[in-house]
Amino acid sequence: MRESIYQGVAGIGDPVGGEALVAHDNFSARYDLDRIKGTFSRPGHKLYGQSYVGKILILNIAKGGVATAWMLREMVEREMGPKALVLNAANPIMAQGAAFANLPLIDRFEVDITSVIKTGERVAVDPESATVRRL
Amino acid sequence: MKLSDHEQAMLAGSEGPARQYAMEQIQRVGTFFGAQDCVEVSQVHLMADPESLGEAGVTFLEGLADLPREQNRVRVPTVTDPRGVDFEAYKRLKQTDRMAGLERRAIAAFEALGVMMTDTCINYQTILPPVKGEHLAFGDTGSSIYANSVFGARTNFEGGPSALAAALSGRAPRYGFHLDEHRRGTKLFEATFRPGGLSEWGAMGAIIGKAMESYWEVPVITGIVGAPTSDEIKQFGAALASFGSTPLFHMVGVTPEAPDLKSVFDASPPEAVPIGEEDVADLVKSYTPDDDTLHVVVFAAPQLSLVEMRTLSDLLEGRKLHEKVALLAATSPEIKSACDRMGITAHIEDAGGIVLSGVCFYQMYAREIGEANGWKRLMSNSAKLVNILGGYGYEPMLATMEQCVESAVQGRIVGAGA
Repeated sequence: MRESIYQGVAGIGDPVGGEALVAHDNFSARYDLDRIKGTFSRPGHKLYGQSYVGKILILNIAKGGVATAWMLREMVEREMGPKALVLNAANPIMAQGAAFANLPLIDRFEVDITSVIKTGERVAVDPESATVRRL
Repeated sequence: MKLSDHEQAMLAGSEGPARQYAMEQIQRVGTFFGAQDCVEVSQVHLMADPESLGEAGVTFLEGLADLPREQNRVRVPTVTDPRGVDFEAYKRLKQTDRMAGLERRAIAAFEALGVMMTDTCINYQTILPPVKGEHLAFGDTGSSIYANSVFGARTNFEGGPSALAAALSGRAPRYGFHLDEHRRGTKLFEATFRPGGLSEWGAMGAIIGKAMESYWEVPVITGIVGAPTSDEIKQFGAALASFGSTPLFHMVGVTPEAPDLKSVFDASPPEAVPIGEEDVADLVKSYTPDDDTLHVVVFAAPQLSLVEMRTLSDLLEGRKLHEKVALLAATSPEIKSACDRMGITAHIEDAGGIVLSGVCFYQMYAREIGEANGWKRLMSNSAKLVNILGGYGYEPMLATMEQCVESAVQGRIVGAGA
C-alpha cells in the first residue's frame, strides 16, 4: 500500500498511531455507542455492533448532543475509548471533549477522509501538523 | 488567540488551577476553530449528568471543589441542565444506589463552585430568558438553539467541560455563532403546511436536521404563517438540533434575525426544499413498530412546560393507566413545584403516572433503567427523544401526546399506525 499523507485544518492532542475503523457515517458518543461494551449500538449506524476500543475512528461529521464533551474523558480513563478521532467535520462538542480528554482529534481534510482510508489500515495521526498518514 | 492581561494571568495560573484549567480549555478549543480572542459571557447553562460525567468527570469536579473559595467560585450566573437522578423517584425507576451516590457527589461539587442547581433544559422558559445579542455559554442543544434562534442571543454548543470553563473565567472563545458571518442562512426550506401539534413540529425539525451537513449550517424556514407557541418552537428546535447538531435556525417572519429572506442571505437564496404533510407523516411512520406491544410512555426532551403538564393532566383526568405500561413525565423543579400547587401532579399520579423533577429521561441511565424495568418499546411525542433512544436499546416510536396517553391506558399502541 502506498504511503499517503492527508492534510486537515486543525488538531488537538498528541501524536498516535493505530488501526483505522472507518465509515462514511456520523458520530455522537451518547447517540451511537454502548460505552460499557465499547461497541456501536445504534441500529442503522454503519459500524453497528463493531468495537471502537483502541481504534483510530474515522467518520464523517459530529452529530447529536453535548454529552460527548464529558464522555470522551470517561471512556479514555476506563481504557474503553478510541485511540483518536478523525472527522471530516468536528463540531465544538468533539473539540471540547478531545481537549478535556487529551484525545487526538483532526478534522477538515482536503478530501473525504472516510473514502481514502479503509478499515484495518494502519495510520499515524499527528494533531500538531493536522495530518493523517497511511503507514 | 489574543488574550487580555487578565486572561493571560488566569492562563498562567495566578488565580489558581481552576481558572487555569478554564483558560487552557478555552485556548485549545478556540485555537482549533480559529478564534481570534475571547468574548465575555453573561450566563452559563451547564450540562453534567452523572452518566456523562462518570467517575472521571465527578473526580475532576471534586478536585475543583476542594480548592479555596476565592479560586473556584463561578464568575457569571451558572445554572444546570437536568440531572440524572430524581432522589424522590430513583428507587421506583430501579436506578441503583451507585448512580445516586455519583449524583450526590456531583451536586456537592457543583454547589461548592457556586453553581445554581436549576436542573432544567428549559431554562429559557423558566429561569432567565436571554436577550437579543447577549453572549452566552449554553450547554444543551435545545437551550442553545432556542437562545440563538428565538431570542437572537449568541452561543455555541458549550459542552460541560467548556461551559464550566466559561463559568470559571466569564469567557468563551469568540468563534462560530458569536460572529455575524456564521449566522447567515446556508439552506432554505419551505413549509407547505403548518404542523398540527408538538410531535409534528418535532418531526419537521427532524427532517431539516437530517439535511444538515455540518455544525456550521444555518437552515432558513419559510411558509410558517403566524407565530408558533413557545412549546411548538421548542420541540421544533430541539429536534432540529438533535438530528442536525446545529445551533441556529431562522424562521422568516417569526424569529428576530429573519424579518425577511434578504435579511439572512447575502446573495440570492438557494432553491427552497419543500416540506409537506407527507414528509412529516413519513418521518413519523419510519418509527412505526411491527406490533402493538408497549412498555413505557415518556414525555421529556425537552422537559415539559407548565402548559404541557396541564395538557397531560387534562388528558389523564378520570383515566387509569394500564398496569403493564409505565408513564413518565419529566419537568423542571420550578414547574414541578407549580404543578404540585395546582393539583396537576396529583392528577397525573392518581392515574398511575410518575412525575419526575429535575431530570430528563435520556440523561438518567436510560439503558440501565430500560433493562431493569423490561422497557423496550417506548412511545413519546418528542422527536428528539425518539432519535436518541435507538442507540440505548429501545424501540422508540413517535406519536401525539393524545395517542401516547390513550395507548398507555389501553396497554398497547393504539391510534398511531400500529
